[in-house]
Amino acid sequence: MTPHLEPHSPLLLAIEDLSVSFDGFKAIEGLTFYMDMGELRVIIGPNGAGKTTLLDLICGKTKASEGSIKLKDIELTKLAEHRIVAHGVGRKFQTPSVYESLTVYENLEVSYPEGKSVFGALFFKNTAEVDRKIRKTAATIFLDGELDRLAAELSHGQKQWLEIGMLLIQEPELMMLDEPVAGMSVREREQTAELLNRISEGRSIIVIEHDMEFVKRIARKVTVMHQGKILAEGSMEKVQSDPRVIEVYLGH
Amino acid sequence: MSYTLPKILEKRGLPGLLILAFVILVFVPLTMDVDGINLTGRFLSFAFVAVGLSLAWGYGGMLSLGQGLFFGIGGYAMAMYLKLEASTPEATRIQSTPGIPDFMDWNQITALPWFWVPFNSLTFTVLAILILPALVAALIGFALFTRRVTGVFFAIITQALVTIATILVIGQQGYTGGVNGITDLRTLKGWDIHSDSALVTLYYVNGVLLLAVIALGMWVLSTKYGRILMATRDQENRIRFSGYNVAYFKVFIFALSAFMSGIGGAMFTLQVGFMSPSIIGIIPSIEFVIFAAVGGRLSLLGAVYGTLLVTYARNLFAEAYPELWLFLIGGIFIAVVMFAPYGLAGLYEKYVKRRWNAFLASRGWKRPNGSDDDALKSQLMDAKPASEASK
Repeated sequence: MTPHLEPHSPLLLAIEDLSVSFDGFKAIEGLTFYMDMGELRVIIGPNGAGKTTLLDLICGKTKASEGSIKLKDIELTKLAEHRIVAHGVGRKFQTPSVYESLTVYENLEVSYPEGKSVFGALFFKNTAEVDRKIRKTAATIFLDGELDRLAAELSHGQKQWLEIGMLLIQEPELMMLDEPVAGMSVREREQTAELLNRISEGRSIIVIEHDMEFVKRIARKVTVMHQGKILAEGSMEKVQSDPRVIEVYLGH
Repeated sequence: MSYTLPKILEKRGLPGLLILAFVILVFVPLTMDVDGINLTGRFLSFAFVAVGLSLAWGYGGMLSLGQGLFFGIGGYAMAMYLKLEASTPEATRIQSTPGIPDFMDWNQITALPWFWVPFNSLTFTVLAILILPALVAALIGFALFTRRVTGVFFAIITQALVTIATILVIGQQGYTGGVNGITDLRTLKGWDIHSDSALVTLYYVNGVLLLAVIALGMWVLSTKYGRILMATRDQENRIRFSGYNVAYFKVFIFALSAFMSGIGGAMFTLQVGFMSPSIIGIIPSIEFVIFAAVGGRLSLLGAVYGTLLVTYARNLFAEAYPELWLFLIGGIFIAVVMFAPYGLAGLYEKYVKRRWNAFLASRGWKRPNGSDDDALKSQLMDAKPASEASK
């Protein structure tokens, strides 16, 4: 059962006093971060700022040392990965992680949000509804012509799209994309920006990105991270003119 | 439809299964005498384990070096029942305690141990054969997979477990028959299991059960579960974030492989008339893996042919040069891993199937989509260990 949000509280994600350290190195230190429902938030920051670690913590890949992460009213820090997915968090990894020995169609089918238990999977029926959703998702991510191809044969950019599609079909409350245009051609970047703008309608998305041109194209609100903390937050213009941000990141 | 595995299974799985059924149920009985049939039946009882390994190792990526444990549970359960039936007070009246198995009497045990008592019932015994191996595997799997024990650590732990089991069996001679095992098994519900007609009947039962087990495995692979299993093998970390509890998926396939092994063990006991630790220890457990590797670990049918090939070779060589056999089988294993990572099934795909299709095409008989299938299957096989796939 997913608890329903009260109509006047549009807060989706509330992270408070979050810390994690690896062998004494504090990757995230006392971080507090809020995100509203329906927001498309871009997180930027220099290498080692803790951006990917933050996503790892939200999706349960890394366990927090301290602090809390709440999706609506659900505390995520103590849950196993698959439980967090069930509560509506979808994650795309920095290097495209798709199932290479399965076809594009099968990759999407495996991601479909039903039949997640052992026996559910054994007796899973690919109904017309499932098939229709798979084809619709494939069309959204520009892969409707590649359904029967093995994921291993896709180009780097296509794998990135496939992984985004695998999230889309899960219909998550919160989508987290770690560098979705890394390794993409200029044309693919444009398509991806268009894709993100399209799918962000009615969805909540966190994007980590380095490519500032791409960020300008999609960003409404930007969070700048530095040394495991949040340095600045706001519109792209506001963040770009913040002297602290210029010092650590944009100005080089 | 756009499924890889059903494509393979529908078009090749069923004909392959029928060919194997013909070999087991028609060819072998027609060409061999009773001794040959019985020998083949013993070898085919090992094939249950190889088929299970093909699922757990080939598709699931879990290399178990301890399948002898499950083969042994099935085999010992059957042997305990048969031994009790053979130990009637009349048949054992010369013992100081008549009515208990002879080895217990030799070890100064005067009453049947509590865990032997239920094995007076054939129903209990059959249930134990079907449930106990899977249950033990599920417990082991649960303990290991929820702690994310994988790869070589899993292999070593399973090997340790089978070692512990054999040490326990050998050490507790009074309860288990020790190193000699449980011997001198004669009848099943009064039916003489050593008569020619019984040997042939048991051979057929064994064959039909094996075919059923393979069909079950093929069905499992054809479901979404099968695709998740392969996805887990390729990207274990990713599959968690598709919302699956990986541990339970692994527990299931490991338990299924144990279930198959247990049936094989029971059929072995019935066809051979004894069960002993030497059948289930480390060396047999590794041999099971070699059967699956030689057959092709992605092929359930290949596992059966691999088992037959290696066991017949052992039969020929081990009699002539018993001390050289272990070196030879080690060499076979290394050769298979280096030159034919997908075993007999891989060689068949690579050489026979391609030529056969070319031949059909030259006659204008080519089956629709035949080459597509091949391409898919070879891609599937090339997709993982890239080091061998590159040639």
